[in-house]
Amino acid sequence: MSMKRYSQEFLLEMYRKMVLIRQFEERVKFLFLEGIMPGTIHQCQGQEASAAGVCMALSKDDVITSTHRPHGHALAKGVSLQSMMDELFGKITGCSKGKGGSMHIGDLDKGMITAVAIVGGNIPLATGVGLAFKMRKEKRVAVSFMGDGATNEGAFHEAVNMGAIWNLPVVYVVENNLYGASTPVEMVVKTERISERASIYKMPGVTVDGNNPIAVYEAAQEAVDRARSGRGPSLLELMTYRITGHSRRDPALYQPKAERQKAKEKEPVGRFKKYLLEKEKVKESELDRIDTLIEEEIEKAVEQAQKAPFPQPEDALEDMFVEAI
Amino acid sequence: MRRLGIAEALREGIRQEMARDERVFCIGEDIAIPGGWGGAFTVTLGLEKDFPDRMINTPIAENGFMGVACGAALMGLRPIADVQYSDFLFCAMDQVCNNVAKMRYMSGGKLTVPMVIRAPVGVTGRGSQHAQNMETFFMPLQGIKIVCPATAYDALGLLRTAVRSDDPVMIFEHKLLYGSKGARAEGGAIDASSDIPDDDYIIPLGQAVVRKEGKDVTIIGTLLMMHRALQAAEQLEKEGISAEVIDPRCLVPFDWETVGNSITKTGRVITVEESPKRSGIGAEIMAVILEKYSDCLKSPARRIAAANVVVPFSPPLEKFYLPQVDDIVKATMEIVQHTTTNA
Repeated sequence: MSMKRYSQEFLLEMYRKMVLIRQFEERVKFLFLEGIMPGTIHQCQGQEASAAGVCMALSKDDVITSTHRPHGHALAKGVSLQSMMDELFGKITGCSKGKGGSMHIGDLDKGMITAVAIVGGNIPLATGVGLAFKMRKEKRVAVSFMGDGATNEGAFHEAVNMGAIWNLPVVYVVENNLYGASTPVEMVVKTERISERASIYKMPGVTVDGNNPIAVYEAAQEAVDRARSGRGPSLLELMTYRITGHSRRDPALYQPKAERQKAKEKEPVGRFKKYLLEKEKVKESELDRIDTLIEEEIEKAVEQAQKAPFPQPEDALEDMFVEAI
Repeated sequence: MRRLGIAEALREGIRQEMARDERVFCIGEDIAIPGGWGGAFTVTLGLEKDFPDRMINTPIAENGFMGVACGAALMGLRPIADVQYSDFLFCAMDQVCNNVAKMRYMSGGKLTVPMVIRAPVGVTGRGSQHAQNMETFFMPLQGIKIVCPATAYDALGLLRTAVRSDDPVMIFEHKLLYGSKGARAEGGAIDASSDIPDDDYIIPLGQAVVRKEGKDVTIIGTLLMMHRALQAAEQLEKEGISAEVIDPRCLVPFDWETVGNSITKTGRVITVEESPKRSGIGAEIMAVILEKYSDCLKSPARRIAAANVVVPFSPPLEKFYLPQVDDIVKATMEIVQHTTTNA
């Protein structure tokens, strides 16, 4: 995967993040399909390497903004599993006190602004976070995750342009999973690569294999270093694939079977596991131990979330303003 | 004590707030270009000399820079974001309505958005798209406070409160009340200047003011329409009708107590607004009055508002579109006489 050498500790942490995301999503999907969990869900099975690889390049003080598909980003940035599970169940103990739900999870203490579920709506926020860091002369970096579809929004172009003209410490991360909901990206984007759009804003734009966490990490590290050292924003296009529906019970019939099959063979979790076993000589028992620990952690979180109290109905009236009206 | 117009008072207030708190900054189009105008109506004129690093001139990208301001506010800065005409807020609706207004609630009260949005309103010979009183559009939006200052004294006191508030506040300012000077002066402007005390006074949000006391009828209006209501009240005085004029100053939060006390006293109410009547500010005020104070009413309430059409350009059309002083006088006399006739 890479010529560089990484410590086993680093590689296992990358693996842990990816497995955590995969298992979380699979467990949530089951709970949702069984009718145990309320609401709707947008999941990221198959896209774990982008969230994990980018967030491994960030420090705790760096801040990410996310989308309607935020679970992976949140887990990778360190938002607590329990607070997320509680939020998905609509419990008062959730990271947004049950007011946000699946599409509005976050925890600024962990460096994640509550996710924004309007496509493209989170991108200007990241530019603004970067502006605040620059004005306060802080060596922190803002990251905006987005899907391929968001890059056709005006908000993308307005926000990326402002990031560029003010030379802000921002990394714009496009997770290109080839579909905006059900619409194939080639129907709505003329250029071969979305990263080409970076050049018109005079910022570096690269396309990398988004299912290879080390490649993602290395590209992110370079962009983050650049941002942190005052050399301005970058755009990363991470090629990936969503091996689940867009939302809820979507069977994703718009994804051709052959394409889907191929994507499953290249899905990042199994692929990284194979790499760790074969190339990095990690013991299988070590990986199994991580898998089991996460499984237990998730089961515990589900159990606790189900027992946690709902908000009181009239709590709906709280949290509008700092100074209530 | 100094005599200042609204544009000067706002400029002074922004200057003072930026000097007092280094987290405060301005962001918008044409706000700080040397040789430019200081925004469309001179409010930020020259501030770049005092605060070169905190006057952020943006591209023409209203949605983008409202989101940028929101992101900076989430990080603890206190942006004052300015659109040149409030109509341009339509371009920024996603960021204002989905992010600025909702981030705190969606996060369960964990995020704060200490942000001010300033927007000039009013029908001023510019046709349909530089004319709307956009405060009407934001009344139903939950998560934002709305301020409408009609005098320089109020503009400064309310601006200070808005900038120091941890909640998002929109300030709607009227083009004909600014007192902008030089090339940016407005035809048909009304003098809204005030004697401004030297002290650091503030005006809390949600406190209406009784501009003129009266006993026969309550007239409620903000911004330019408050001034027209006052003119109407003077004429009514000559007809022997004593009108009380209330300037709510804030639409959200709204001072129901002052309005309620007045209606309890007068038993008659008229609202005046510059927007079309349908689903306007008057509709909301009257609905609450019906729920809470209908027992006090001695005669039918009346809304005076613009026609339910798009804002026209030609001067006679524009004049017809807008509520005039005579419309207020006529409606008031009708409802007062209605009671007398039915007594």
